[in-house]
Amino acid sequence: MIVAPMFPLSEKIKKPSVIPGFGLTLSFTLFYLLLIVVVPLSGLFFKTATLSWQQFSAAVASPRVLASYKLSFGASFAAATFNAVFGLILCWVLVRYKLPGKKIIDAMVDLPFAMPTAIAGIALAAVYSEQGFIGSHLEKLGIKVAFTPLGIIVALIFIGIPFVVRTVEPVLMDLDREIEEAAASLGATRLQTFTKIIFPNIFPALLTGFALAFAKALGEYGSVIFIAGNLPMVSEITPLLIVIKLEQYDYAGATAIALVMLLASFTLLLGISMIEKWSRK
Amino acid sequence: MLRFRKKLYNPLTEPLWVKALLTMLALAFVGLFIVTPLCTIFFEAFAKGWGSYFAALKEPDALAAIKLTILVAVIAVPLNVIFGISAAWCIAKFEFTGKNLLLALISLPFSVSPVISGLIYVLLFGIHSRFGAFLQEHDIQIIFAVPSLVIATIFVTFPFVARELIPLMQEQGTEEEEAATLLGASGFETFRRVTLPNIKWGLLYGVLLCNARAMGEFGAVSVVSGHIRGKTTTIPLHVEILYNEYNFVAAFSVASILTVLALITLVVKSGIEWKYKSEIKEVGVH
Repeated sequence: MIVAPMFPLSEKIKKPSVIPGFGLTLSFTLFYLLLIVVVPLSGLFFKTATLSWQQFSAAVASPRVLASYKLSFGASFAAATFNAVFGLILCWVLVRYKLPGKKIIDAMVDLPFAMPTAIAGIALAAVYSEQGFIGSHLEKLGIKVAFTPLGIIVALIFIGIPFVVRTVEPVLMDLDREIEEAAASLGATRLQTFTKIIFPNIFPALLTGFALAFAKALGEYGSVIFIAGNLPMVSEITPLLIVIKLEQYDYAGATAIALVMLLASFTLLLGISMIEKWSRK
Repeated sequence: MLRFRKKLYNPLTEPLWVKALLTMLALAFVGLFIVTPLCTIFFEAFAKGWGSYFAALKEPDALAAIKLTILVAVIAVPLNVIFGISAAWCIAKFEFTGKNLLLALISLPFSVSPVISGLIYVLLFGIHSRFGAFLQEHDIQIIFAVPSLVIATIFVTFPFVARELIPLMQEQGTEEEEAATLLGASGFETFRRVTLPNIKWGLLYGVLLCNARAMGEFGAVSVVSGHIRGKTTTIPLHVEILYNEYNFVAAFSVASILTVLALITLVVKSGIEWKYKSEIKEVGVH
């Protein structure tokens, strides 16, 4: 009640309620968001606006930058696709099968989410390097992972796993088993039931998980730089290029590339919310 | 005969070989991409025994990094908890226009690359900006100093508590709070005695996750820190320095602290989930 005068608009924009605290909590939330997010982020646009068109296009479309986009998008797409396939298998096993230690495996899926990215990065580099536990075996097969673009994909797979599993898992759990029984009693084989009944039902969630993993991978930095090798034109991701430009005091160049990345992830975000709306229908 | 056939082909589940194949693939996936890197951290940390492990942790720069990391988390996490509760209260307990926009703004840091999260503060506080020049004149050091580490960490971690609480509080509805208010409880009393007991497990998980992320943040902090050894290096940054110096045992030893923290976070999360399934909301990862 005391805070009502602080926010006289509150009665116009909200439905009436007896619960107190709307004005106070909304004002604080907005203030915090403005201070931490909106003002600093808008600086990105203002800084870019000081560039002429030639400067801007030179910054965001030089051959080295273009190569980094290609690598970042390509590796993120490959990793997200890999995660979509194996994430679905993992979900299926976790939801449908009996397995000793299933709860532990389920908990482990969240590890990439709780683990600091830099530490994941050095661990993956150690595992997949030529002397590493897995890398040494792959070396015998002639496959080099660490310090190549393949290493980048491995790091992006690691950070993307929980996104697919945690999006698909609840949908698979809620799926009504009766429709599967109905399909089977009408003579469908298991494969037909899966492709015609189960898969279409979980597809929107799978697509959301894929897009979330893809968006996360695009901006990922810590886990990638240790395993990537970071060779210009070959294994240099876009976020690293932003850091390099900053270290060279090329603030305008760094900002312009950052803006391109930001717009790409906002577009993805918009896509994700559209998938979610579509799947709710 | 009938029973035999049923065993041979059950249209409600996959054939045994498919089950076995899928299970093997799932286990291989988790093993190669999660378990092996996890074990490697401890394997490398103890590669030269307990002596060098503890020597790496007791080194002054490592101790400074640990202290700084705790300092940053102690400031950033409580602020984000207050924000999270406040945002969840106005979003979950009231209906108002512009709510979806507010929700989108809250989730925004999840879709911003950590590097860009750091960059925006370099632009704001760096000496090239007007505000940065003003700070320089008055001898206030924000960028390449502790304040910027705190601010960048707040940015990266602030959605965690809010995103955990909002769906949980939305699901619980407003009836209990309405009843409390009508019976004469003040807003704060209503929150403390009605809402808080309902959300405590969700809140605990949100805080833990926020803390793990705050202590482990690398990209954003790396951009604003300036890497002044022993002064502006948090644990992940210290690990990076050691690793780049090819001091692998020390790097993995220091890294193991945060790995243990991540494992504790997961154990508590799973514990809460198994025990109080209904009291926390699986909000997924975004």
